[in-house]
Amino acid sequence: MSSSPIRAGYNFAYLDEQTKRMIRRALLKAVAIPGYQVPFGGREMPMPYGWGTGGMQVTAAVIGHDDCLKVIDQGADDTTNAVSIRAFFRDLTGVETTEQTEEATLIQTRHRIPEKPLREDQILIYQVPIPEPLRFIEPSEVETRKMHALEDYGVMHIKLYEDIAQFGHIATAYGYPVQVNGRFVMDPSPIPKFDNPKMDNSPALQLFGAGREKRIYAVPPYTDVRSLDFEDHPFEVQRWEASCAICGSEESFLDEVVMDDQGHHEFICSDTDYCRTRLAQQEESA
Amino acid sequence: MYVAVKGGEKAIRAAHELLARRRRGSEEQPELAVAQIEEQLSLAVDRVMTEGSVYDPELAALAIKQAAGDLVEAIFLLRAYRTTLNRFYSSEPIDTDAMQVERRISATYKDLPGGQVLGSTFDYTHRLLDFALLAEGEAAESNTDEVAERVEESMARVSQLLEQEGLMVHETDTESEPADITRDPPTYPSDRSARMQALVRGDEGFLLALGYSTQRGYGRNHPFAGEIRIGEVDVSIVPEELGFEVEIGSIQVSECEMVNGFTRLEDGEVKFTRGYGLGFGQCERKVMSMALVDRALQAAEYDEEIKSPAQQEEFVLSHCDNVEAAGFVSHLKLPHYVDFQSELELIRRIRKADAASQEEEQS
Repeated sequence: MSSSPIRAGYNFAYLDEQTKRMIRRALLKAVAIPGYQVPFGGREMPMPYGWGTGGMQVTAAVIGHDDCLKVIDQGADDTTNAVSIRAFFRDLTGVETTEQTEEATLIQTRHRIPEKPLREDQILIYQVPIPEPLRFIEPSEVETRKMHALEDYGVMHIKLYEDIAQFGHIATAYGYPVQVNGRFVMDPSPIPKFDNPKMDNSPALQLFGAGREKRIYAVPPYTDVRSLDFEDHPFEVQRWEASCAICGSEESFLDEVVMDDQGHHEFICSDTDYCRTRLAQQEESA
Repeated sequence: MYVAVKGGEKAIRAAHELLARRRRGSEEQPELAVAQIEEQLSLAVDRVMTEGSVYDPELAALAIKQAAGDLVEAIFLLRAYRTTLNRFYSSEPIDTDAMQVERRISATYKDLPGGQVLGSTFDYTHRLLDFALLAEGEAAESNTDEVAERVEESMARVSQLLEQEGLMVHETDTESEPADITRDPPTYPSDRSARMQALVRGDEGFLLALGYSTQRGYGRNHPFAGEIRIGEVDVSIVPEELGFEVEIGSIQVSECEMVNGFTRLEDGEVKFTRGYGLGFGQCERKVMSMALVDRALQAAEYDEEIKSPAQQEEFVLSHCDNVEAAGFVSHLKLPHYVDFQSELELIRRIRKADAASQEEEQS
């Protein structure tokens, strides 16, 4: 694949080469210690913090002329922020972009993992708002770093237990904590827990960038990723009684669409590429 | 069935066009020139330079124009430009003793070597709207004889006077390499230089409120404005191949040294403590706030009880940056369909289970 010319006055992928090297060093460390949050010299990006600056820095550090980039937000390629980030990289790298999961070599995502299983030659880059899974229990970074070092994760189980005592369920529906490679408890970014099983033993490299918090972490391919749970309250994913109103899928994560002011709603696939592919296949076979 | 709930490229383009039109305003009015902003809205320019961490009045003015006067947005623009710039040298420390003083006041001494120099200030103005400005007339002619732009005398510092008498905690240059918070991630407890950088870049409003809170009892530190000085200082570098200092220009800075409540030090001596603030251009409110917060954050060094927000380093430093804060607050505008859907599914399941168990009880 060939890339087209980029915006004058800027380096390939916006960041200067020294910065990219610094990020790649952090990435290597992250891959070497799965689930460990590596502090890195996060730069200011021309997009606001909280809008994917961490994911963008990781993408900028690993993208090359031969890559094909897909950007999704909430599973969709056409949400405004995904459109904006894709346009940014097209403008500043000139690389090819795609909406098809299987064509992409790099996929930057916010809040979802594509429905279609990923391959060894693909990298999934997550945008992370709060990288610290213990943050909501312990606000101090000094304390949480100690807790990770001592593998002191009891408080996390207490939190999950309290949920069960109060609601009868673990009341965490997204950003559901996982333990990586039997060691570090990691925040999977705010993906729905529906997506958690896809992280486990994935053939694709998974990279996580938190720009404002200046942290990078990673899950190398074929790594054990276990969602925290209890023997008598095993981890389970969301299920819908409905199916997608467009493609009829009963397996995918569904977004709810409100149809009228009476609150009637229908469900459609959150992963637009998955939905479109299924629809095309149905039309072909019909 | 398909509902167009997802926005696209077209919508973004149209929104940006609308923004450009709004920014320009009515075409009956002449367009605002960047030079006019630089000259006539200089205090806004100074704030953007300070919190944007670039001393460049023209770029700061451009950012203000492009941001339609939204200063936090302008700071963001300038920061996003700054991050692309090459780092050639670290300058030598600026010497504010040698400042070409335009304004210098002390609240601790009625008179002192060099005297009190009011300079240009809103202090002592009566805040009455000047309708002459509305009529696009110039304000009353000034009597130029009375206005000296600059005082040609280097002035001793209040803190030095106190230090000489042994009344104030001594501060020395450790000559260690300062931290660079734009290159290295923060660690806590923070290095003093990293802390000062974070405060300089910190949001003026946030630091003002924190500084104010210390005055109202949340981490009191008995401040006196020992000295505030504003003026030009030279900036120099030492190129490696030359090995001696070369002046590369001058910048205007505001500096505040607070004299704070005394304490008994480890060596048994009783001395005043101190807080420090510095910023680009004229930004007195900012540097005073910064000095108050700097002192509050030294609580641990003086074994003071840390119980107020302004004394908590992690809290202050990780929330003072308005580019970070504005970004993360505004990200709530981004779609959260998936997360919300996950919550919806869960709340319905819990309610359903509740209803089922109630039915069971009743039957």
